[in-house]
Formats: sequence, C-alpha cells, structure tokens
Amino acid sequence: MADVTLRNVVKKYDDVLAVASINLDIPNHEFVVLVGPSGCGKSTTLRMIAGLEEITDGEISIGGAVVNDLPPKDRDIAMVFQNYALYPHMTVAENMSFGLKLRKFPKAEIKTHVDNAARILDITELLGRRPKQLSGGQRQRVAMGRAIVRNPKVFLFDEPLSNLDAKLRVQMRTEIKRVHQKVKTTTVYVTHDQVEAMTLADRVVVMNAGKIEQIGTPNDLYHHPATRFVAGFIGSPAMNFVPARLEGGNGAGLRVRLSDKLVFNVPESRAPRYSPHTGKEVIFGLRPEHITETRGRENGVGQEFPVVLDVVEPMGMETMVYFRVDGTEVCGRVEPTAAKNSGEAMQLRANLDHMHLIDPVSNMVL
Amino acid sequence: MSTVAIAAPIKSRLGIGASLKRNRRWALISSYFFLILFAIFFLMPPYYMIVTALKSDAEVAHMATNPWIIANGITFEQFYILLFQTDFLVFFKNTVIVTLCVVAITMVVSVLAAFSLGRMKFWGSSILATGIFLTYLIPDTLLFLPLFQIVKSIGLLNSYWGMVLIYPTLTVPFCTWIMIGYFQSIPKELDEAALIDGAGHMQMLFKIFIPVALPGIIAAMIFAFTVSWAAFVYPMAFLYSADQQVLTVGTVTSLIRADVYKWGMLMAGALLAAAPPLVIYAFLMDYYIAGLTAGATKG
Repeated sequence: MADVTLRNVVKKYDDVLAVASINLDIPNHEFVVLVGPSGCGKSTTLRMIAGLEEITDGEISIGGAVVNDLPPKDRDIAMVFQNYALYPHMTVAENMSFGLKLRKFPKAEIKTHVDNAARILDITELLGRRPKQLSGGQRQRVAMGRAIVRNPKVFLFDEPLSNLDAKLRVQMRTEIKRVHQKVKTTTVYVTHDQVEAMTLADRVVVMNAGKIEQIGTPNDLYHHPATRFVAGFIGSPAMNFVPARLEGGNGAGLRVRLSDKLVFNVPESRAPRYSPHTGKEVIFGLRPEHITETRGRENGVGQEFPVVLDVVEPMGMETMVYFRVDGTEVCGRVEPTAAKNSGEAMQLRANLDHMHLIDPVSNMVL
Repeated sequence: MSTVAIAAPIKSRLGIGASLKRNRRWALISSYFFLILFAIFFLMPPYYMIVTALKSDAEVAHMATNPWIIANGITFEQFYILLFQTDFLVFFKNTVIVTLCVVAITMVVSVLAAFSLGRMKFWGSSILATGIFLTYLIPDTLLFLPLFQIVKSIGLLNSYWGMVLIYPTLTVPFCTWIMIGYFQSIPKELDEAALIDGAGHMQMLFKIFIPVALPGIIAAMIFAFTVSWAAFVYPMAFLYSADQQVLTVGTVTSLIRADVYKWGMLMAGALLAAAPPLVIYAFLMDYYIAGLTAGATKG
C-alpha cells in the first residue's frame, strides 16, 4: 500500500494532447475516482499510472519512488479491466495465481492467497471453472480476485462495471466498496458514470478535455462545484442553466433576472460574494431537486414562481416537471401528488440557498 | 434410455405455420439432394482408388470386367509388392522427415514473426507484415529457377534437406499471415493484464498467446503440413536419385515406366500417401473449430 503522486503529467499522441499537465496527490488507503466524459483523458491517466502508456512529460511516483521508467510489473500495481481480460485457457484459480507464479511464490503460499481472495469475493466454488463458464458478474469478481491476490500497492480499475447490466452494476459497486473497506489498498478508479463516482469515492477527480476540472469529496463537488462543467456533470438530472443578469445595488439587495417576468432575490448570505459582479451577464444554475412544489418545503430561502408545464415525467417516488424560462428548458422535481399535467400552470418554489452563478466567459462558478 | 413419444404437432388452421413448415421441408430436401450429389462427386475418386488398389494386376488389365467393382476377390498383393519390393518406404520416410522439419521450422519462425509483427508495435511493423504476405503471392514456378541456383550453390541439390530449406519459403509467409490475424484478434487487454501480472514478452507468448491462439496455430500447422506433404514441383526439379526422393514424385517416377502404368500399385501408393493427412485432419479438426477464445472478454 502506498500513496500515488502525479506531478505535471503530460501525455501527447503525436500532436494531440490527451492529458495536459495534471497534478494529483492520492494518499495511502484512499479511493479516488477519475470521472469525465469519454475522451477526457481519464483512462489515459490511469494507464500512465499502470505503466501501459509512457508519459510525455512530468513525474509519477508510487510509494515515494518515481516510476516513470519502470515497466508495469515492477510498479507493484494490479489492474481490473472493463472487459475483464481473464486468460481464457486457465481456470479461475490459475487466473488468480498467474501473477504469483511468475513472481515465483511458493505453491503453499499461492494457495493461501488465492483461497483468501476467493473467500473475500465469495467465488470459492468457482475456482475450478474456466472464464467462459462464468457470468459477467462472476468474471468481474475473478478479475478483482486476480488483483487482490497480489496484494499490490495500488489497485487500478478501468471502467470495471461498464459491461454489466444495470442491476448487477449496482451490486458490484457495493461489492467493490466492501472489498476496499476490507483490504484498504489505495485505489484509482476510472468511470464515466457520475453516480458510480459519487457512491464509491473518497475523493472524486472530475476531468474534462485532458485537464482536471475539480478534485473534491462527492459532497464538495455536488454542493460547491468549481466550474460550469462540474456543476453540469455531477448530479442527475443535470443542473439547470439559465442565462441571466445580476441586478441590484441601491440598498435593495441583489436580484437575478432570468427573464422579463422572472426575477429571483439573491439570499443575503451570497450578497458579498456576488456583489462585485452586479450588472453583469451570468448563468444562473439550480439543480432540479431545488425546484419543488410549494407546500411543505418552507426551509431555506425560497421563492415561489408560476410556470406552465411542458412535459411531466412520473418516476414513482418523484415526478420530473419540465418548463421553459425564456426559451431555456428547466427541470424541477416535485412530489407525485403535487404534480400537475402538461400544459397546465403550476406554482413552483426555487430553493435559492443552493443557487449558483457562473461567469459565462470563464465558465467558473462565482 | 426411455423412449419419449412426441405428440404429432397440431396443424395450424391459419396456414401460416403450415407454409413455414413446407418451406423448411423443401429447404431440407434440396440441401440433402445437393449434399448427396457433392458427396458422390467427391468420394468417387477415392472409391476408385480403393477398388483398384485391392485388385490383382490381371483384373486391372482385363478390359471385360466392370472397373467399379472387384470381381475376382480382394487381394493385398499390390500393397505387399509396393511396400517390400519398391522404394516406397524410403520415399515415405523421406517425406516424413522433410514434413516434420518443415512444420517445425515454419511454426517456430512464423509464431515468433507473427507475435512481433502483430503485437509488438515497432517502426515499420505494418509494412513488414504486408511485405511478408506479398512474398507469398509470387508463384512457385517463378521461384524455382533462382532457388535451383541457390540450392545447388550450397550443395543440397538431389538431397531432401534441400526441400527442408525450400518449403519454408512457401509456408512461413502464409502461416505468419494467418497468425498475425489470429494474434491481433486476441484482446489487447489480455497482454496488458499479463504485463501487469509480471510476464515478460516470452512468457506472454508461451503462457498466454500460444495457448489462446492454438486454433490458429493448428490451422497454420495443417497448412504447412499439407504444402510440404503434397509438394510436387520442387522435388520433381531438385531430386533425382531414388534414395532422396519423396512420396509424390517417387511414387510416380518409380511406378510409371515409359508407357507401362502399374495402376494397382499407383493407387495403393496414393492411398497410403493420403492416409497421414487424413488422420491428422480427423484429429485436429475439432481443435481447429473449437473457439478457445470464448470467455476471454465480454462476448
């Protein structure tokens, strides 16, 4: 077990910049998730840590030692691949012990390690089977088993759940979390699924276009996104963004004007932060869960406003309502019993304690 | 074993099911018809070979009997004379030696070549891979004159070791090409997993690639075997004494004297020569078809 450090790491393919100078400190035992849309450089970053891709510039160290020029086998890492990458001609036990055999461990010790890992993952009865006799979830467990037996310094996961169906994915997610709580190995996990990132991570690294947008705990990212990208990427359904103008001064308090008719009063607590931007064009951001029906939600600074519903999507425990503000579609999340039908008018309430203002030029959250 | 009575399917009153069934029946009838037709077509020569090999010389020469049946009783004298009074066994031994060596050389060279060209990216690897295939496209008939000069200059003319040198020029390019394709079809993650597990390139080749690509390797092996076993042009041109001769040319040259054809022995020789490939195909076909790669990744 060890900490992992990335210093100004750059990856270029010919002239294409895949990863642009990223810095990342992962302390021992931490579970870090790299998340971002496809092509954002998260997998490349993981593969550079693994040693499967050479780095163009910068420095990667594992456990304090620089590993830039070390081949994967000498980095003491284990990796779980999206398509499992099990050796098809070997049994589960042989798959798991392959790495130990190559490292010339004594037979008895290999057996102990394999049995132990199999017990952790509950695959003891599968040890004699071949990969093709296993289901997707079982294969994924075996792939994790292969990683665990080696007791490496770092676990690397490359979208390990993407090939599983939705139900199994949730199960395996819990499984991965449980395994990490047991073995506590430093883990770097790559996914494009923000729900996976939020549920698994101690800290989430949001990447976009080869750069790190923000690093933080799941709660941090959710409540205090640093950029418009993070605000829109984390959370489902995504945060609503509406072009607006920040008005105010003259002792009347700050207001955000979303349209001719719709003006929100900025909560007092935000005034010092926003007042330097008075008079500027901004983007108003508010999550659907903070646009609710009016009754029974009196906590926080709220402001009611009338809308005409475009689309209504019942989800069971809640209902999504869509309406337009000056041509921009906005989504709210209401109690199923309170929802009106599409085409009807409805009074909604915006919880402005959770509002964000974003600079449309720099895309930074103000 | 208990017998299970299957109830006759109830006929569909709508007629759709019935017409589907009729379609299927016609498809079956016509496929059986053509399959039987082709089976007869392809099995006729081997049948003729067997029948002729089991006849006495007198019956073969007797024009009045039906050539398709054995009228005067089965005899193994053709086989006996062939095996004990001709050089057939020498030809057979030479062919076995040549073929074993050629298959061995081919597999070693082309597995290593295919692994490096297909898997280890290096400058020019794709051009080299195409180049290897292009060499296969040059016909034998163009190559055998220059090869004659080469074989003569190293003193292997009229020696079956010359064949061991020449056949790989035909088999290696094609086998390499087959195996490049096979190695490339093995998911990239498999070698990355092996790399992380601590395997070097050689361990990766022997412990992962060769076992996983076994069907492809066996396909290539069958090809090398067939080329070497059945080659005719090169031994015809390069070998001229009986003790160095191989089956294909040896049988023909020793059993056809001017216009005297020893038909019975020719057929017996052809049968015996065809036996090893038949046996090998029968054993390896299952391997060839077995999809060993299934289950490696999500599939």
